[in-house]
Amino acid sequence: MLAKNMQVVYKMPDALTDVVTHYCPGCTHGVIHRLIGEVIDELGIREKTIGVAPVGCSVFAYNYFDTDFAEAAHGRAPAMATGLKRVHPDRVVFTYHGDGDLAAIGTAEIIHAAARGENITVFFVNNAVYGMTGGQMAPTTLPGMTTTSSPRGRDVELQGFPLHMAEMLAQMPGASYIVRRSVHDPGHINQTRKAIKAALKVQLNQAGFSLVEILSNCPTNWGMSAMESMNFLKEQMVPFYPLGDYRIADAVKSLIVK
Amino acid sequence: MTRELWKGNEAIAESALRAGLEAYFGYPITPQTELLEYLARKMPEMKRVFIQAESEVAAINMVYGAAAGGARVMSSSSSPGVSLMQEGLSYIAASEVPVVLVDIMRGGPGLGNIAPTQADYFQLTKGGGHGDYHPIVLAPATVQEAADLTYEAFDLAEKYRCIVIVAADGNIGQMMEPAELPAPRQIDKRDRGWELTGAVGRERRIITSLYMQPEDLEQVNVRLQGKQKQIEQNEVRYQEYLLDDAEYAVIAFGTAARVALTAVKWARAKGIRVGLFRPISLFPFPYARVAELSKKVRALLVVEMNAGQMLEDVRLAARDALPISFFGKMGGTVPFPDDVLPEIEKMVG
Repeated sequence: MLAKNMQVVYKMPDALTDVVTHYCPGCTHGVIHRLIGEVIDELGIREKTIGVAPVGCSVFAYNYFDTDFAEAAHGRAPAMATGLKRVHPDRVVFTYHGDGDLAAIGTAEIIHAAARGENITVFFVNNAVYGMTGGQMAPTTLPGMTTTSSPRGRDVELQGFPLHMAEMLAQMPGASYIVRRSVHDPGHINQTRKAIKAALKVQLNQAGFSLVEILSNCPTNWGMSAMESMNFLKEQMVPFYPLGDYRIADAVKSLIVK
Repeated sequence: MTRELWKGNEAIAESALRAGLEAYFGYPITPQTELLEYLARKMPEMKRVFIQAESEVAAINMVYGAAAGGARVMSSSSSPGVSLMQEGLSYIAASEVPVVLVDIMRGGPGLGNIAPTQADYFQLTKGGGHGDYHPIVLAPATVQEAADLTYEAFDLAEKYRCIVIVAADGNIGQMMEPAELPAPRQIDKRDRGWELTGAVGRERRIITSLYMQPEDLEQVNVRLQGKQKQIEQNEVRYQEYLLDDAEYAVIAFGTAARVALTAVKWARAKGIRVGLFRPISLFPFPYARVAELSKKVRALLVVEMNAGQMLEDVRLAARDALPISFFGKMGGTVPFPDDVLPEIEKMVG
């Protein structure tokens, strides 16, 4: 019980379970989970939300969201979410996945979910590396960036160029809301929170496919301290993957609060 | 109900609709495509879910999602497409959601061709994807039986929360025959306690196939194996022809069994006491009945449209206690009764 003149200003979101996560110290997955949890609470949709997360660091996400949840095969969350949403059109279906999943093995599934204008919301966490398997080169690994499978740095002549998923998906007429945000400081965390809310509102208004790409860190596999990784995120990742609104369909403009 | 002329693929599709199919996800591939096309025409007007996916990989994962959501759902494909689906099928088997899949088998390996074969026997009955599981596999020999088994497949899938595959060779999918399709039915939409529908006034539910602790995954496997034992006890299906006084037996399924039956009748006319045993459930395979049969007759002839896949199960059941010969046609060539009769005569010696 709170004393009379006290009020709750900060608490664990109802949409999150009160457990210790498997995420590494300094990783921003926890921040992003919290933002999604807060927004689900704010919109009052916990009971009608179904989450889908595939393989990668997101693989245990079902332990952390207090909603119905499905664990999908690697890359296949958009397809699995499509099946769920089509048989439960009145439910809110979101996916949560990393860059190895969404931008490599699941490229076809994400592009076609967007092309169909599937009424689902995608949270795409881009930290430029395969985290769960221990730091291999991802499709989003920056040129020159060292990983365990690009030990001499990513050589674009040999290993190809990084994919800019938000820009690519913004070309899809079926996509209604495609933005990129970052969580490297409180201001940007707030921007990300607003985008998460907008994306879910797009779905609640049956307005089509929404995706928030969230630039994130990986101190463990980048071989950095938490603070160093935040600086890398700000100084290297953000310039390479510019933040911004890549597609906001006319029909959803009124749903967005700046 | 009336007897009508149906193409196999369309009879299967209509039968699935009448069984209460709520959602279908598929990808075009010959010789299965009419099935997808039929549902593409019918399902939107019935306000049911139809999606042509970007690949078989996506299709089976859409099926996985819809099944996790508690819907009556299916996909259909043909051999190379089913190869692509094996990843999803393994997840579906592990997660114990009910799914029906139709495989209209064509020539392989590789791209093979679009002609009818039975060469998916291994990939369908022996698991297919990674890990320990077997789908229920039902093999029709007529358009009528394809319709009936498809209708029933949904009940079996839901009873055991497992995958049921209707395995028909390309002949069954492509040919037209008179058939009387089952009556349309309403499906029971009660909550079964596992499907994802949103945690309204209840604890959240999770559909997963991930168990990091070996002891936990062991328990999951023990449960899956227990279910499989039940299926092996309850769901064996086969049909016997002219076996009562038989001294010899031919064993064949699907189209090969129809061809073999003609040859068996010709052999009978020549005074050879031979009968036909036709497995309908390829998994669970009728091991016990084949074992009994192998004690009763002098020799067995297995006829398949492949290089001898079911043959391995027959040998396992009969323990090689009697002579077992094999006649197979590969690459989409279909045996004729004229091919099988000399094989029966050879068996008799």
